[in-house]
Amino acid sequence: MLDENLISKVIQSALARGGDFAEIFVEEKSNFSASLDDSLIEELTSGTSRGAGIRVRFGETTGFAHTADLSESSLIKAAQAAASLARNSTQRVAQVALTPRHFVPLDPSKQAPNSTPKDNKIALLMRLDAAGRSAGAAIRQVSAGYADSMRRFIVANSEGTFVEEEQVRTRISISCVALGDTGMQTGYETAAMTMGFELFDETDLEELAQKAAMRAIQKLSARPTPSGQLPVVLNGQGGGVLFHEACGHGLEADHIVKDSSVYTGRLGELVASPLVTLLDDGTVRNQWGTYGYDDEGNAAKKNVLIQDGVLVDYMWDHTQGERQSRSSSGNGRRQSYAHLPMVRMTNTYLMPGQQTPEEIIADTERGIYVAKLGGGQVNTATGDFVFGMTEAYLIENGQITAPLRDANLIGNGPEVLANIDAVADDFAIVPGTCGKDGQSVPVGCGQPTLRITKVTVGGTASA
Amino acid sequence: MLDLVTIGQSVIDSALANEEIEAYLVRESETAIRVYESDVESLTSADSSGIGIRIVSQKRVGISYAGTLEPDEIARAVAEARDNARFGSADPYAGVASPDDVAPANLDVWANDLGATSTQAKIDAAMSLEKATLSLDKRIRSLNSANYGDVSAEAAVLNSRGVVAYTRQTYCWAWVYALASQNEETQTGYGMHASRDFAGLDIEHAANEAAKKATRMLGATKPTSGLFRAVFEPDISSALISIISSTLSAESVQKGRSIFAGRLGESVAAAELTLVDDPTDKRFFSAASFDDEGLASRRNVLIENGELKSFLYDSYTGRKDDHPSTGSAIRGGIAGSISPGPRATMLAAGDASPEEIVAKVNDGVLIQSISGIHSGVNPISGDFSVGAEGIQIRNGELQGAIKEFTIASNLQKMLKDIVSVGSDLTFRPGGSAGVTLAIDNINVSGS
Repeated sequence: MLDENLISKVIQSALARGGDFAEIFVEEKSNFSASLDDSLIEELTSGTSRGAGIRVRFGETTGFAHTADLSESSLIKAAQAAASLARNSTQRVAQVALTPRHFVPLDPSKQAPNSTPKDNKIALLMRLDAAGRSAGAAIRQVSAGYADSMRRFIVANSEGTFVEEEQVRTRISISCVALGDTGMQTGYETAAMTMGFELFDETDLEELAQKAAMRAIQKLSARPTPSGQLPVVLNGQGGGVLFHEACGHGLEADHIVKDSSVYTGRLGELVASPLVTLLDDGTVRNQWGTYGYDDEGNAAKKNVLIQDGVLVDYMWDHTQGERQSRSSSGNGRRQSYAHLPMVRMTNTYLMPGQQTPEEIIADTERGIYVAKLGGGQVNTATGDFVFGMTEAYLIENGQITAPLRDANLIGNGPEVLANIDAVADDFAIVPGTCGKDGQSVPVGCGQPTLRITKVTVGGTASA
Repeated sequence: MLDLVTIGQSVIDSALANEEIEAYLVRESETAIRVYESDVESLTSADSSGIGIRIVSQKRVGISYAGTLEPDEIARAVAEARDNARFGSADPYAGVASPDDVAPANLDVWANDLGATSTQAKIDAAMSLEKATLSLDKRIRSLNSANYGDVSAEAAVLNSRGVVAYTRQTYCWAWVYALASQNEETQTGYGMHASRDFAGLDIEHAANEAAKKATRMLGATKPTSGLFRAVFEPDISSALISIISSTLSAESVQKGRSIFAGRLGESVAAAELTLVDDPTDKRFFSAASFDDEGLASRRNVLIENGELKSFLYDSYTGRKDDHPSTGSAIRGGIAGSISPGPRATMLAAGDASPEEIVAKVNDGVLIQSISGIHSGVNPISGDFSVGAEGIQIRNGELQGAIKEFTIASNLQKMLKDIVSVGSDLTFRPGGSAGVTLAIDNINVSGS
C-alpha cells in the first residue's frame, strides 16, 4: 500500500516537533454484502475505503489525524496535524529503524471473497430463504444477509515496528418472523468466521435456517417470563456474552488505569467462583475475534485473565501498557484508520468444567434455562450489567418445560461470577459485535453450559 | 475544491441509457477532544468525504460506495454499482425518487463559528467542563473523561430523474461521565449539552447534570419487585419514542414486521398522545431541508390523540402502496441502504412540569438511565425489558436511589398506559426529542 521509505518519512515528520511516540496505520478495506428480504434479493452493496491514521504521543497526550488521501503531501499534512499539540514538548525520541516483518497469511488456503462469484453468494441467501419458509406454516417473513470483508493494513511506529496484516471475514445471518394468535415472534441465527468463502464448506445452512425459524415458532407459545431472582442455567451453545459483560470490559486496562472498574486493584484476589478460568484469546483458529497482529502491530496472544477464580491479569494496549511500564497483551484494536486504537477483547471464553449439561439441568429444582443469549451492556464502574435472552425455557423439577418470552437479565459482575456453582464439559464460541466508545469490532464469546445460583430476571410474570 | 453538487452532476451525467442513477455525497470536518486530569488525553481533527451510488437497471438495484471523492474511485464505484445491479431480483417498484411539488423548508442549521473557533478554545471548553464537574461536589472523585466534539457536515443527493438537493449542518457537544464515591461505593452519572454553534454550548449544564445524576445514586439499593408507575426522564423517553417510531416505517408494515400493520385509524395509544415526525423543526439536531433521497422534508403526524394516522414512506415503499413519500428516506451513511424511518420525532408536549408529574405518583420509580436496549427491546414482538437505575417515588416525593433492576412491559401496552406527557421537550443529538413521560403498569424486577 505504501513503501517503507515514505512510511519512515511520515513518522519522522510526526516527531519533528518532539514527542514520545509516533505511529502510522494505513488501511484498505473492501466490503461486499447482499441482502434478501420478502424472497427478493434486494440489493448488493460493495465498496472500498482506504486511508491512514497518524498519532503522536507526548506525555499523556495523544494527537490524532486521519486522511483518505495517501499522497505524500497529504500524509505529511496529517502528521503535522497530529503533532500540532506537541509544540511545547521538550521530549525527543529518535526513531528506531523500521524492521519489516514480512507478511505471512494466517491461513493460505483462504478462498478470497473477491475470487468468489457474486452468484454463489446470492445462492446461499436463496437457500436460507427456502429452508426458513419450509420450517413451518407460521413463518411469515424471512430476511437474510451475506457479508464479507477483506481488510489489509500496515502499521509502523517510531519504536521500529513495521507489520503488515490481512484479515478476511465472512458472515451470514437469517432472521425469521412467525405469526400466531399471540402476535409476532422472531428468531435469528448467524455464522461468522475469520476466513473466506470456505466458511460454507463447514456450515449447514439448512440447519441454521431451521434453528432460527424454530426459535420464532416456539416463542409463539411462550409464557411471560418471571420477574425476580432465580437460578439460571446458560447453555454452552448460546454465547458467552455473560463474561464479556460481567468482567470482560471491566478487565480492559483503560478502565483500570482510571480506576473506573470494579476490578481495579484486585490482582491476585479471588474475584469469581473457583470454577471460573477465563481467557481472552486472539489466536483461536478462524474465530470471529481472531487476528494475526492487532491494530498496533502486536501479535495476538492467548491471555489468562482469571485462573480458578483468581484475577491474574488485565488486557492491555500500547498506551495503557506504557503507563504501567509493561508491554501490550495484543489487545489494541480500532474500527478503522479513522479511529484511535484502544483496549478491546478478542475471543473471550470460560474454560469447560467436569459436569455434563444434563446433570446441571437435572440438579436445578426451579429456574430459567437460556438456550440462546442476546447482546448485553455493562457499567464498568459499578459492575452492573445486563444481557438478553432470545430463547429461554422454564426449568421445573430438573426438567426443561415451557418456552419463555424474550427478556433481559441484570446482575452485578463480581457477585454473579461468585455465584457460578456448576460448569459443564461442553463448549462453543459464538460471534458477536462489540461496541465501545462508538467503535465496533468483531469478537467471539464462548462458554460451557453453566449455572448461576441467583440472577435477576426481567420478565413480567410473578417468579 | 469542487462543490458536492458539481461532482454529483458529473456522476448523473455518466448514466447509461435505460439506467437510473443516484449519487449521495458527503463531506465533513470533525473535532474530538478528550481531557483527563487537566491533560489533553486525545485530540482528533480530520476531514472526510465519500460517495454512495445507487443504480437501478431493468428494475434491479445495485449499490456501491467509496470513502473518497477522487474521480477514479467514483468511476470505480459507479462501475461496481452497475455490476451489482445485474444480480438483484427484478422489482417493479424499484427506482430512485421522482421530484415532487413539495417546497423545501429554508432551514438555517449551519453555524460559522465552529470553523472559526480555535482548537485551543475547544480544548479550554473540555478543560473547564472537567474542572466544573469536579468542583460541584466533594463526592465526585474523578471523571472517566471530559469531552468536546463537533461536526460540520455537508450532503448532496442528485438523481437522474432530476432531484438535486443540498444540505449542510453543524453542531457541537460537550459530555462528561462522572464517578461519585462514598464509603467504598461508586456510582456514575452522564451529563451533556449540545448546540448548533460554539457560543451556545452550555458547559455548566453538562457538569450539573453529570454531578447530580452520579451523587444522587449514592446509597442505591436494589428495589423489591412489583408493578409500578414509571416516570421516564427526557433522555430515556427519547429512546422509547425512537423505538416506537421505527415500528411505523412503511417498510416494516409492508413486510409484515410491524405491530401496527393494518391498524390505521385505530386507537393505539392513550388519548393524551400525539406523535409527530418533523425534520423541518430546527430545534432538532437532525433537522434538514431534504431527506436522504433528496425529497423535501415535511411534517408528518403519526399518532394524533391516540389514533394511528400515518406510516413513514420513502419513494420505494410509497410506490408500493400508491402513497406519496413522506420525505422519510434514511440512509445509514454512504455504504448504507435506503429505507423509510423516523428522522425527527417528538411527542406533543403536555402541561405538567416534571415535578408535577412526580407529585402525582403514589408508588413508583423515576428512571434516569437504562441499559440493554439492543438485547431487551424487540420492536416486532413488542416485548420490552431493560436494565435501569433511578429513584424511588413514594407519596409524590423522590426517595432513595435504586439500581440493578429491570423494567418490563410491552410496547403496545406501554402506549396505552401513558398517563402523562411533560411540558419539558428536550432536544439532543439524535432523531427524537425527549420529554418527561409517565407510564403505568411497568414491571420492576429487583430482589
